[in-house]
Amino acid sequence: MEAVHGHDHAHDHHGPTGIMKYLTTTNHKDIGSMYLWFSFSMFLLGGAMALVIRAELFQPGLQIVNPEFFNAMTTYHGLIMVFGAIMPAFVGFANWLIPMQIGAPDMAFPRMNNWSFWLLPPAALLLILAQFTPGGPAGVGWTLYPPLTIQQGMSMDLTIFAVHILGMSSIMGSINIITTVLNMRAPGMTLMKMPLFCWTWLITAYLLIAVMPVLAGAVTMLLTDRHFDTHFFNPAGGGDPVLFQHIFWFFGHPEVYIIAIPAFGVISQVIPAFARKPLFGYSSMVYATASIAILSFLVWAHHMYTVGMPVQAQLYFMFATMLIAVPTGVKVFNWVATMWKGSMTFETPMLFAIGFLFLFTIGGFTGLVLAITPVDVQLHDTYYVVAHFHYVMVAGALFSAFAGIYFWLPKWIGKMYDEGLGKLHFWLSFIFFNLAFFVQHFLGLAGMPRRIPDYSLQFTDFNMVSTIGAFGFGLSQLLFLYIILKAIRSGEKAPQRPWEGADSIEWTMLPTPAPYHSFEKPPVIR
Amino acid sequence: MASTTHANPNSYYLPAPSHWPVVGSVAVFLLMLSLVMWMNDVNGGLLVMAAAFAVMLYFLFGWFGTVIRESESGLYNKQVDVSYRWAMSWFIFSEVMFFAAFFGALFYMRALSVPWLADAETGDLLWQGFKSAWPVSGPGIEETFTPMGAWGIPAINTLILLTSGLTVTWAHWGLKKNNRGQLTFGLLLTIVLGLVFLSLQVYEYVHAYRDLNLTLASGAYGATFFMLTGFHGFHVTLGTIMLIVIFFRALKGHFTPERHFGFEAVSWYWHFVDVVWLLLFVLVYWLV
Repeated sequence: MEAVHGHDHAHDHHGPTGIMKYLTTTNHKDIGSMYLWFSFSMFLLGGAMALVIRAELFQPGLQIVNPEFFNAMTTYHGLIMVFGAIMPAFVGFANWLIPMQIGAPDMAFPRMNNWSFWLLPPAALLLILAQFTPGGPAGVGWTLYPPLTIQQGMSMDLTIFAVHILGMSSIMGSINIITTVLNMRAPGMTLMKMPLFCWTWLITAYLLIAVMPVLAGAVTMLLTDRHFDTHFFNPAGGGDPVLFQHIFWFFGHPEVYIIAIPAFGVISQVIPAFARKPLFGYSSMVYATASIAILSFLVWAHHMYTVGMPVQAQLYFMFATMLIAVPTGVKVFNWVATMWKGSMTFETPMLFAIGFLFLFTIGGFTGLVLAITPVDVQLHDTYYVVAHFHYVMVAGALFSAFAGIYFWLPKWIGKMYDEGLGKLHFWLSFIFFNLAFFVQHFLGLAGMPRRIPDYSLQFTDFNMVSTIGAFGFGLSQLLFLYIILKAIRSGEKAPQRPWEGADSIEWTMLPTPAPYHSFEKPPVIR
Repeated sequence: MASTTHANPNSYYLPAPSHWPVVGSVAVFLLMLSLVMWMNDVNGGLLVMAAAFAVMLYFLFGWFGTVIRESESGLYNKQVDVSYRWAMSWFIFSEVMFFAAFFGALFYMRALSVPWLADAETGDLLWQGFKSAWPVSGPGIEETFTPMGAWGIPAINTLILLTSGLTVTWAHWGLKKNNRGQLTFGLLLTIVLGLVFLSLQVYEYVHAYRDLNLTLASGAYGATFFMLTGFHGFHVTLGTIMLIVIFFRALKGHFTPERHFGFEAVSWYWHFVDVVWLLLFVLVYWLV
């Protein structure tokens, strides 16, 4: 079906201009760009907080910040990176790409799409206000465990309500994505013909709708325990602080896949393009993604081995967790098999994709190590865990986001980035990332606890290396900003298909840069 | 408004730029901020809350009004209708998961944390002599309470909600037969039943606080009882408001026997709060 627009502005851009254009836009490309820029600014804010943490940990003893502020930095670094940087980045990709990849004129609900984005700044504002309330920012960790969260000041309430708003935004965004994928596909674009990125977002959106309300319930119980005398997490009233952990991780483990699965989708598009071969095992990729999503609901208590669960429960959660390695292994195998005998070239997106493949696999393996209950009892809340999830979140999700940006930027803005600088960005990121986080495995194995601003002298050398790596990594991202701005201002004009191996319809059927409304009339798919 | 566009069965309607979402963001921000201020005794909290509600009302009337006008002017084709159906289904699924969190808390307390507090190790260490039971306020709470009986008001309320499920379906049959009298009368009955349910629920809460000493502070039972029934009551309130809107739309002649998703969405929502109530009646009131 073709599209019809309110106000007949399909072919001109008269509507509101300036700031009002972005406040009121109902266009999936404008909204996608806002998501990506918001995500990048939160990435810099959360990154600055990480650098405060690393600066303090450069040497043993307390040099730069007091312990309360250090705790606040670990808390808001986590919250801002998860909810402010990584998740909005992939929603930005979803907005830009899903309509173009399924042959739709826009998202199913363009106005609600705008609201999903414009709920993010109020949430960010609440989190920023939380830094300046009486009693100081809450230093409770991004997991918000009671009883500590019950004892905090006003900043805790601001954080709780920020989580509520972020949840509303995610749920509406997900409803929009599911509806778009299920109802807006061009004739002939069957589900099993969709580019894998659309599949991964369909499954991710389902996960989000299933678990964001559970998180909302958990923080609501925190709020009533704080202000309305309930005893959900207080044993004196028959409750249990561990109850919060169960509810939180019922959200929190699927959340890991909410971040990882769209990253898998991006990688599944970049690798075939630069290997110049179709994706190996497309349908097994779809089934593996769905399996990961279902299993992700059944493994949450592997985050809680040390709370005193019955041993039967520990055994169940250990084996169920290890089961996830099977579909994940299918994916890694398929990516490698896609490259097998391909005529590969190594432009920046491919470099980030291969970097992802190596480092995400390391993160997956350390995940298996942590899934083993007796091992985790030793490693719980040490730097080994920090190293593990930064391999998954940074080298996994963030690297794939970089791969996706370099890959689709020519289609989005119609101009090429500087390939030499892009490669430099990759190598700087790759080296400094490993410098920052690989040594943290050793720190954790040696027993250094996380979320503590001071440490024993024997940990000094590795901490110094890690801090140098972290600052190097952070500064390298300013190069990324420069590369993007340079491409926008003075990049070379991009051809319709800058990557000859890219064969999804946004490359083959749309001009470059993509028109404001993607497909006014649905394309004919084969 | 979209007066320049024409209704075309083959075109998917894409709305023009709109300021309503940002108005909604302002309303949500003010509401959240005012709640934080109110809970922490900051001066001016109630003033901000009043502003939040004013902006919220403006937002709700504005956005829903726009959607209703677009729908009535025939801009939404069949495919748009399908989009709304998917969206409402997934929204209700998200609500199911919200209630699941609180039901999970109820099961966890009844089946795990209360018995653990009474078992040999914990009991001896913390609260000697505490016996596992349900309903219970918990080992550290001295005040006693009387649990809410199932076969008084709650049983009547169950009948009321089940009946309201029937009346809204009867109204739907009327709409499909183009019997407008049956439609509006069915809706009116449903609204009245919803309001009676809510009044009885308020009466029950007053009774709990005044006569049974059952409050939010009554430990495990009090917290789960009031949070589950309270959020349910809040959803019934929203459902009743939605029914009232649909009632006035029906009076204005909106909806046709073929096209009336606004009506159906509200009736789906109403059946959803109905099912949640049945779970509440069995698991919160009855099986104690």
